[in-house]
Amino acid sequence: MIFQKYAAAKYFYPLAGKCLPWVASLTVITLCAGLYLGLFVAPPDYQQGETVRIMFVHVPAAWMSMFVYAMMAGAAAIGLVWKIKLTDTFISASAAIGASFTLLALLTGSLWGKPMWGAWWVWDARLTSELILLFLYLGFMSLQSAIDDPRRASRAGAILLLVGVINLPVIHYSVEWWNTLHQPASVARVDGPRIHSSILTPLLVMAVAFKLFYINVVLIRMRAAILDNETNSRWLEEQGA
Amino acid sequence: MNWPEFFNMGGYAFNVWGSYLLAVIILGLNIWLPLRRYRAQQKKVRQQHETSS
Repeated sequence: MIFQKYAAAKYFYPLAGKCLPWVASLTVITLCAGLYLGLFVAPPDYQQGETVRIMFVHVPAAWMSMFVYAMMAGAAAIGLVWKIKLTDTFISASAAIGASFTLLALLTGSLWGKPMWGAWWVWDARLTSELILLFLYLGFMSLQSAIDDPRRASRAGAILLLVGVINLPVIHYSVEWWNTLHQPASVARVDGPRIHSSILTPLLVMAVAFKLFYINVVLIRMRAAILDNETNSRWLEEQGA
Repeated sequence: MNWPEFFNMGGYAFNVWGSYLLAVIILGLNIWLPLRRYRAQQKKVRQQHETSS
């Protein structure tokens, strides 16, 4: 057991270090491409006007808010079954960035909602379930910091994450199940996307950029956490941090 | 390219640029703070190895 948990960090640490510069460069490239397409190439929408450009931040952030949560919950399930220490490191590294994407989706949605709906906020099913997602992230983070014993903290956190998974389909189908002010899905549809490629392309490029950004953050945070946990490990000394 | 028109965003400058500014601040903090901690951690580990060897 002890060998297993150290071995994982021992192999992960240099691997993450090798990946980082590549992931970082790809992030910068896709982010620049996405911003260029979104701000300069995409035409204003016939209904939303220039506010459609908010979507290039809002939609990828909202997707990421759910994606990161799903990754954390998946890692929590794996961690509960196989007791791999690295899953805890991964989950802790993901929490803050996941919460940040959720907050960004809510705030940019608000900035879009004011001119388009006439309200900063409405208690619509989509907005409310996304707000619950933010509370799930914050609840997870405070739970982790409240429990001193790392094993108990990871178990309690995993249970919270797994129970909260129920909110993900609620967010996704909220626009179908309830009569919401928020528009229904126009990209992730069974019959294919319903928006023009001039808007869809920057949206997807930004979504890739946000995903790469997330990988960057997680790799850095995981390496920092490993350095923190294993300051005195011999393998770290042999590798030269 | 008409820059004043570009920055005006059809009268929605506050909302559009506000969104992008929030993205820069929120995502920026998410990379800057961990990177700072990571660098400090690396420095600490290196110093420890130097003193022990």
